[in-house]
Amino acid sequence: MSSTTALPTSEDQRSDDSHLLSYPRFLKRILWLATEGSFGFYAWMTLLTALSLVGLNAWANQVAGGMIGTNMTDHVSWGLYIANFTFCVGLAAGGVMMVIPAYLYDDEDMHKVVIVGETVAIAAIVMCTLSVVVDLGRPDRFWHLIPGLGEFNWPVSMLTWDVIVLNGYLLINLHVVGYLLYMRYLGRKPNPSWYIPFVFLSIFWAISIHTVTAFLYCGLGGRPFWNTALLAPRFLASAFVSGPAFIILVMRVMRVTAGYTAPVGPARTLIQIIRVAMVVNLVMLASEIFTLFYTGGAHVSAAKYLFFGAHGHSGLVPWMWSSIVLNLLGTFLFFLPSAMQRSTVRIVACLCCIVGIWIEKGMGLIIPGFIPSTLHEIVEYSPSLIEWKVTVGIWAFGLLVLTVLMKLVISVFGGQVSPKEPTATT
Amino acid sequence: MTTTNDSSPTGDGSQVDGSQGDRSLPVLQHSSRRTAVKGAFATLGAAAFVAAVSPLRQAAKQTTAAEFMQTHYKRLTDEDKRQVIERLEAEVKQEHGVDVDIADDRPIPGTKFVYAINLSVCNGNGKCVEACHKENNHDRATNQSYIRVLEMPKGTMDMEHGNTTYSGVVPKDDKFYLPVQCQQCDEPPCVDVCPVKATWKEEDGIVVVDYNWCIGCRYCEAACPYHARRFNWKQAEVPADEINPDQSYLSNRLRPVGVVEKCTYCLHRTRRGKLPACLEACPTGARVFGNILDPDSNIRWILENKRVYILKEELGTKPAFFYYFD
Repeated sequence: MSSTTALPTSEDQRSDDSHLLSYPRFLKRILWLATEGSFGFYAWMTLLTALSLVGLNAWANQVAGGMIGTNMTDHVSWGLYIANFTFCVGLAAGGVMMVIPAYLYDDEDMHKVVIVGETVAIAAIVMCTLSVVVDLGRPDRFWHLIPGLGEFNWPVSMLTWDVIVLNGYLLINLHVVGYLLYMRYLGRKPNPSWYIPFVFLSIFWAISIHTVTAFLYCGLGGRPFWNTALLAPRFLASAFVSGPAFIILVMRVMRVTAGYTAPVGPARTLIQIIRVAMVVNLVMLASEIFTLFYTGGAHVSAAKYLFFGAHGHSGLVPWMWSSIVLNLLGTFLFFLPSAMQRSTVRIVACLCCIVGIWIEKGMGLIIPGFIPSTLHEIVEYSPSLIEWKVTVGIWAFGLLVLTVLMKLVISVFGGQVSPKEPTATT
Repeated sequence: MTTTNDSSPTGDGSQVDGSQGDRSLPVLQHSSRRTAVKGAFATLGAAAFVAAVSPLRQAAKQTTAAEFMQTHYKRLTDEDKRQVIERLEAEVKQEHGVDVDIADDRPIPGTKFVYAINLSVCNGNGKCVEACHKENNHDRATNQSYIRVLEMPKGTMDMEHGNTTYSGVVPKDDKFYLPVQCQQCDEPPCVDVCPVKATWKEEDGIVVVDYNWCIGCRYCEAACPYHARRFNWKQAEVPADEINPDQSYLSNRLRPVGVVEKCTYCLHRTRRGKLPACLEACPTGARVFGNILDPDSNIRWILENKRVYILKEELGTKPAFFYYFD
């Protein structure tokens, strides 16, 4: 995509090559660079590859033997895969919290590292797509979803909207990241008209991916636990915690392992955003809990099961309270002054919130939608070994993609930012 | 290709040819060893990849090219349908040694099928559940059926108090019984959510699934407020001598693994003028089925004269399924 969009910049070509040839060569070279590294790097990549393959093998077995290999049932018909999908959409959307300060508020320091957020979004979307594909009973019929070839039930089915917004978001970010890296590599100043419109589009698009994903659930009248207008706003608020927290971790890893030191400003801005977003998220959660429990009736039965257990079943209770404790602890830590420094507190706070939200948006949101079932039967669910293997595999593959992309960014940007160069920004 | 690129970490010769040559040449020996190591790792990784996906080869054998390429039911011509049905019948013959007859029953013009159950009469004996199980070639081991019966305490219509796993002698004095199956809604949420139009509402009101088009995302299962849909978590197993050979493409033929299915008001019977299997099996006469467009029909009289209850009416799904009381 980027190779063609980059084509018409017809300034002085210091090489005779057309971009059509030069862009693939650029990709080839940086991909080669991305596989160069220390022993630790190779060990990390080998580990991720091995875990990805374990996941792939588990999925292959699931396809061969039928989805009976999962612990899902007709009562709880979505499980860990869709839970993980929901979280990863938030991760992808969270990157926009770097884009907004960088481009809307012209935060110069954020501008220097905004590409990290866009890169995390790419890896997260890859994980989203995989999480949905492994949930399909007939992955061989995937082509039925392709507009033109299959039957695409747009605009009625929210799932088709999700297919559009997720793929669109992936393409936008691939274009922006690819274009900026390529220009940087050529030593040129990026032409704003070739990426600024896409950056602004990506801001709206990021909001849309998580809104549409919430609409998948909240539009279902038969599932009272999901059927709340607060779902999409809650999704966004939690995404603006988990996304930035994940990006802070990525930047820390880049600094420790590759010496890629970002300015101190961006992480501080992200933490300010997290502070606000997390408090908003918790307020909305409290509001939801109040409405459910004070009203009582049919709407509260799923929440009762989730928080306290019902009719002798309490499979989700430990999950949910872990999530609440982690979220509260993470929020508290983020408000400590030391979170503004490059401290351990900051890292622990990020980890707490990421895990807390992974549970809240995943196991704590998807599963109670099905318990009790629409006929008020209680059939519990906990993921099978195959489901865990596949999910770990998806995360390993996502991190593999992320590592390679980060290596690209580091090798192109290389810490060689010199004020004399015309391309010092981005 | 420009010269501002930093470091010069390129590797093998193929990488160098495009550059302008103002970069210091890489140390070839080191680089080629590195290339060899990378190549070895890549080979190892590729081999591990092939090993990891090997179970898929088994699965692929079970799907023929014709099945893979088969298009949506509504796009099939009559000739396509004939070939598809021939193939499906041959597959059953080969796998189970049974001759089945798969028809393509279409709606009868001027028909809108509606079901009603007399809750004053139903005694929870479960014969309908069993009849559905046999009629629709459901998996024997899991005792699958499109019908669930709730045993409810008298004095409430809140399903929260119901029990689907009751046992013992029925009817119990303090209970009544509420059979639930697909309500064939006029505003079916399951149809709306399907991303590939694998399920739709036919002219006679029956909501059907194209088992050869469904991708198995199970969004419809999440959307249905009546727990009417079932997913084939594994290949259903029915002993050869118990397979019901009177089948239809959109109803009770043997379903492939990994797709969703549902009650079709036994369209392979009802579109041929017979009654649904669950109705025929009911010993109490609680079940009434018919064409609501027929002003002289029994069902029409009941809906006009009895006290009628609609399940989860507040959701706006507009069921074509009614409960009534004497």
